[in-house]
Amino acid sequence: MKISAWTTLVDALREHLQLTGTKKGCDHGQCGACTVLIDGKHINSCLTLAAMQTGKEIVTVEGLGSGDELHPVQEAFIKHDAFQCGYCTPGQICSTIGLLNMNKGSDPAELRDLMSGNICRCGAYANIYKVVEELKDRNTEALSKNSN
Amino acid sequence: MNNISYKRAESVENAIEQIGSEKESSRFIGGGTNLLDLMKYRVENPEHLIDINHLDLSKIENSDSGGLILGATKTNADTAYHEKVEKRYPLLSEAMLSAASAQLRNMATNGGNLLQRTRCFYFYDTSTPCNKREPGSGCSALEGFNRLHAILGESEHCIATHPSDMAVALAALDATVHVSGSEGDRTIAVTDFHKLPGDTPHIETNLEPGEVITGIELPEKGFEKNYHYLKVRDRPSYAFALVSVAAAIELENTTIKDVRVALGGVAHKPWRKPSVEKEFFGKGANTENFEQLANKLTEGAKGYGDNDFKIPLVRKSIVRALTEAMNK
Ligand SMILES: Cc1cc2nc3c(=O)[nH]c(=O)nc-3n(C[C@H](O)[C@H](O)[C@H](O)COP(=O)(O)OP(=O)(O)OC[C@H]3O[C@@H](n4cnc5c(N)ncnc54)[C@H](O)[C@@H]3O)c2cc1C
Ligand code: SF4
Ligand code: FES
Ligand code: FES
Repeated sequence: MKISAWTTLVDALREHLQLTGTKKGCDHGQCGACTVLIDGKHINSCLTLAAMQTGKEIVTVEGLGSGDELHPVQEAFIKHDAFQCGYCTPGQICSTIGLLNMNKGSDPAELRDLMSGNICRCGAYANIYKVVEELKDRNTEALSKNSN
Repeated sequence: MNNISYKRAESVENAIEQIGSEKESSRFIGGGTNLLDLMKYRVENPEHLIDINHLDLSKIENSDSGGLILGATKTNADTAYHEKVEKRYPLLSEAMLSAASAQLRNMATNGGNLLQRTRCFYFYDTSTPCNKREPGSGCSALEGFNRLHAILGESEHCIATHPSDMAVALAALDATVHVSGSEGDRTIAVTDFHKLPGDTPHIETNLEPGEVITGIELPEKGFEKNYHYLKVRDRPSYAFALVSVAAAIELENTTIKDVRVALGGVAHKPWRKPSVEKEFFGKGANTENFEQLANKLTEGAKGYGDNDFKIPLVRKSIVRALTEAMNK
C-alpha cells in the first residue's frame, strides 16, 4: 500500500483499504471508536500514523472470528444485548480483547476504568460491563486470541 | 494535517543528525498521541517528523546507582505495569495508571509524556490570542474561562498548567531526565525540567532544540511503603486532574523521617518545595502538621475567578494524600 506520510491509521484502514468496521468518531483520542489491536494491544488508530506501523500485526473488527463464525467476544456482545446503534461496538470489542490479553482488571472498579476509553453515546455501558465481567471469569486462551 | 515528511531514525546519533539543521521545522515523534492531536488542530505545524521508536530506547534497566532507567520510548502502560516499577515505585505506577485511557497508555511514551503540552483550551483554539502559541498575542485565559488554570508560579503572560500525571510522581521521586544532543549527553532533574512561564511561556522546558530524551532515571529510594497519588477530577476516570498530589512519606513510628509532596494541575510545572518538606523532618505525622505543610507549600496561591476553588481544594488534597500515604 502506498500512502502519504500524514495518513493516520484509521484513515488508511477506512479510506485506503475500505475496512470501514473501524469507526472514526472524535479523531482526537477521546472516544475510542477507532480502537484496533496492534500486536495484541488496543490503541486509538486516529492518533498514530499508518507509516509508523510497518511490520506490525494490525487486527480490526473485520479480522476477528472466521468465516461465518463470530469471535466469542462478538457473540457475548450479542448475547448480552451490549449495543444499540452499534457505532462504538467495534472499538468496544477490540478494547475487550485487548483487556483480556493484558490480563488486568481484577476488581470491578479497575475493569470499569480500563474500559473507560470507549465512549458509548447510546449508554450501553451496563450490558457491555456484563460482557467484560463474564469473559474475565471465563478467562480461556481462546477468548483472548485476536485473529484466526 | 499539513504535508509532512516522515523519516525513521535508527540510532540516537542518527536521530540527532537527522534533526540537525532543521530543528525548528522538525519534531521527534514518540507515540504521537499529543503531537498528532495538536497537528490536527494546526497548533503544531512541523514539516518533518522523525520517528524515534527504533532507537532501542524501550527497555527498563537497573541503573548504576541502584535505581531504574525507564527507556524514553517504552510505553506508559508497559512502564506502569512493569514488575520493578510496581514493586519499587508504586507511586509512579499509580500516577501513570490514573492518566488518559488504556488505549492511549498503550501508545504514549515516557519521553513524549514529559513533553506533552498544556490542555488550556485557548492554546488549542487558534482563533483566540495565546502567548504560548503565538508569543506577544496575549493570554485569553486571564479574563476567560480559567477553571483549569494555574494558581501557583503563573505570570501575567500565561496561567496554563502542565497536564502530566507521570511528571508529578517523577518530581516527588527526584527522578532525572537523560538527554542527548549534538553537544553530547547530559541529565536534568525532573524538578528543573519544566519552566515557569515568566514572559516566555512558549519556552516550556530546559531541553535544547534538537535534543532527544533517551531515558528517565529513578533513584534507589522509591517510598514503596507509604505513598499516595490523589487525582481530583470531574469524572472518576479518563479526565485530566483539576488538582493532583503525589505524596510519599518515610516514617519512624509516628515521626516523619522524610516527606515529599509534588502537586499537579496547579502550575506550569509539577510544584514541589524541598525546603518546606525539610522543615517537617522529625515532626509528628499528624493532621495538624500536614495542614501546616499544605499552607506553606501553597503560600502565595492566587486565583483568577473560575479557578479560585483550587486553593482550598489543593490544601485539603495535600492533607488527604499524606493521611492516605501514612495509613497505606
Ligand atoms: C484524550 C486524552 C486524554 C489524556 N489524559 C491524560 C491524563 O489524564 N494525564 C496525563 O498525564 N496525560 C493525559 N493525556 C496525554 C498523554 O499522556 C500524552 O499525549 C502522551 O503521554 C504523550 O506521549 P507520546 O509518546 O504520544 O508523545 P508524542 O505526541 O509523540 O510527542 C509529544 C511531544 O514530545 C516530543 N517528543 C516525544 N518523545 C521525545 C523524545 N524522546 N525526545 C524529545 N522529544 C520527544 C515530540 O516531538 C512532541 O513535541 C491524554 C491524552 C489524550 C489524547
Ligand atoms: S494560559 Fe497560557 S496557554 Fe492558555 S491562553 Fe494564556 S498564554 Fe495561552
Ligand atoms: S476517533 Fe479515535 S478516539 Fe475518537
Ligand atoms: S451502541 Fe451506540 S454508541 Fe455505543
